[in-house]
Amino acid sequence: MGWTRKDLLTIRELEPAEILTLVDTAASLQEIAGREIKKVPALRGKTIVNLFYENSTRTRTSFEIAGKWLSADVINFSASGSSAAKGESFVDTARNIAAMSPDVVVVRHASSGAPALLARELSCAIVNAGDGAHEHPTQALLDLLTIREKKGHFEGLSVAIVGDIAHSRVARSNIHGMKKLGMTVTVAGPPTLIPPYAQELGCKVSYRLEDAIRDVDVIMMLRLQQERMHAGLIPSLREYSRYWGLTLDRLAAHARPDVLIMHPGPVNRGVELSPEVADGPYSVILDQVAKGVAVRMAVLLLLAGGRGGEAHS
Amino acid sequence: MTTSMLIRGGRVIDPAASIDAVQDVLIEHGKIARVGGGLTAPEGALQLDARGKWVCPGFIDMHVHLREPGHEYKETVATGTRAAAAGGFTAVCCMANTQPVNDNRAVTDYIRAKADSEGVVRVYPIGAVTRGLDGKELAELAELAEAGCVAFSDDGHCVMNAELYRRAMEYTLPFGAPVISHAEDHTLSRAGCMNEGVVSTELGLPGIPAAAEDVMVARDVVLAELTGAHVHIAHLSTAGAVRIVREAKARGVRVTAEVTPHHLLLTEEAVRSWDPNTRMAPPLRTKRDTEALLEGLADGTIDCVATDHAPHALSEKEGEFDHAANGIVGLETAVALMLDRLVRPGLLPVSTLVSRLSRDPARLLRLPGGALGVGAPADITLIDPDATVTIDPARFRSRSRNTPFAGWTATGRPWKTIVGGRLVWEHVAEGQRP
Repeated sequence: MGWTRKDLLTIRELEPAEILTLVDTAASLQEIAGREIKKVPALRGKTIVNLFYENSTRTRTSFEIAGKWLSADVINFSASGSSAAKGESFVDTARNIAAMSPDVVVVRHASSGAPALLARELSCAIVNAGDGAHEHPTQALLDLLTIREKKGHFEGLSVAIVGDIAHSRVARSNIHGMKKLGMTVTVAGPPTLIPPYAQELGCKVSYRLEDAIRDVDVIMMLRLQQERMHAGLIPSLREYSRYWGLTLDRLAAHARPDVLIMHPGPVNRGVELSPEVADGPYSVILDQVAKGVAVRMAVLLLLAGGRGGEAHS
Repeated sequence: MTTSMLIRGGRVIDPAASIDAVQDVLIEHGKIARVGGGLTAPEGALQLDARGKWVCPGFIDMHVHLREPGHEYKETVATGTRAAAAGGFTAVCCMANTQPVNDNRAVTDYIRAKADSEGVVRVYPIGAVTRGLDGKELAELAELAEAGCVAFSDDGHCVMNAELYRRAMEYTLPFGAPVISHAEDHTLSRAGCMNEGVVSTELGLPGIPAAAEDVMVARDVVLAELTGAHVHIAHLSTAGAVRIVREAKARGVRVTAEVTPHHLLLTEEAVRSWDPNTRMAPPLRTKRDTEALLEGLADGTIDCVATDHAPHALSEKEGEFDHAANGIVGLETAVALMLDRLVRPGLLPVSTLVSRLSRDPARLLRLPGGALGVGAPADITLIDPDATVTIDPARFRSRSRNTPFAGWTATGRPWKTIVGGRLVWEHVAEGQRP
């Protein structure tokens, strides 16, 4: 299936075939990372602006490398703090950037919906690199690519997403993507970290780690933010870790031997993941990061109008 | 100018007198002189052919923000009252969250002087409950009442201190002016910017549970019972709050309530557009809530419709949803939307809507008007039930344009607005006179 959308804003709005187009394109681009000269001319003459309103090392770097390997000119625009704090409004910043005629704007913003706002204001392609607790589509795509490589297919797989579901854009994008591709999803965590009406998203809900990880193909652990403790959502990191931390013992006792352990990073070692699990044989955390570049190349390529074949020319 | 006017042949809808019939209305010296069939116009009287139109007691919006003094870039008494007239309202009550706050007589006097010199409809100020709306010390409530405040409210804020709120209710008992509650428990609503529900979970926006409202409505009902004071709950938005008010009224508690057109006509689904004009406090709720609100409005649990007209500049309503200001303008859209979406499909009898917009607010606040009886002020809202209007914010009289209803089409709209016997606004079709 071809790609016709102007923007990549959410996984929720995509058809299953569109998700597969993105994943397949990313899969075909992975070999570029192994080349001696990591450069293809697909996006030569195109301008990509990385507009990051939130701190991010991994995602911004990943988009930057992806753009550069495709020969695009990549400009990083970091706005520290909110647009309001900076004085210039988000909409004004957007219009100013639009006036410089970029081909793609990659946006990360603490406010849910900010990329959608940008997509309405700007005629160029917009990529959502994470908005509030809404969506993080490229993270879900790289997770899906990782799962398919390890498991060979999507249909029928079961996944447990564990931790702070309420504040996680990664969880939302993955839930939508996994459901669309025929996987079953269980979200698990203390009730204060499960959003209201989570079942309406099409998942099962579990309040016990041991139950949630039993017999699933994939366990995705989410990062726990310290702020949640101060907001009164959990009593202490200690208690969270005791009941929700994934350890080798718990894995051995309850999980399947071929389970995949995923984490969008950065990992709080000793909180949601014990170091032995993070670095252990089940973990595919670094595969996820590597696939992130391929996924972002695929997204930039499809949105900036290049044809997939050019990458191999 | 002429001092008399005869409105001929219109359908007179006056719930206070249980009249719904084609009749004539004679106005003399700014008051209703006669209502009946086949009236003859005195010499020199202005004659208004109202055949096919509805003639109603002037509509009263008991909850608007005129923004003056202090936020004149959003709205002024001049622009806000013109918006009111164009929306079919002959009187408005303006909330105290101005800058400075209307928590002392000087500000009340200023608003009333502005209304006298620049306003085109009646303006009744609402005084603050607490100084600076900070919820800590009572404002000078007796002097505010003497200066003409018709109610007291920290609208926009909720007086979280129950003891202080109790004292406010007791202190204002002799004035016959209700305390109006913006019922929102801030410890429950926190940073929320929309209803907590399926949509907030999908969009990843922090939610405000219905319980944030229900808890406070319950508290205020209990305090009304304790003090014997009249407590009015502003902008009811939840099925739970409707249930609590209904139960309290059945027990004889002096509680009344209002609902806005937007809480009747929109749900949380509208937020999927990310349009900051779908952000308000309280937030848009669910279909179950809108149904309960409509039921409450019909059965009298909810006493009146008020717009919570909340003008904001474009810059405050075009950016990130969670940074946007709360509220929308309502004066120029309310009547047409309610006629089209509630009365036309038979969900609400027209006489009930007219009552909730005129007689009932007048009764709650002891205002003149609200009826077309002989000797009443000649405040009259005329409706063209067959005219179709497409809502175009560019044509608003209000200084602000923040509405989620742009582009909506409605059949039935205000036609002319008369205040004290004077025509203060009339609909001019596009392409006709300016």
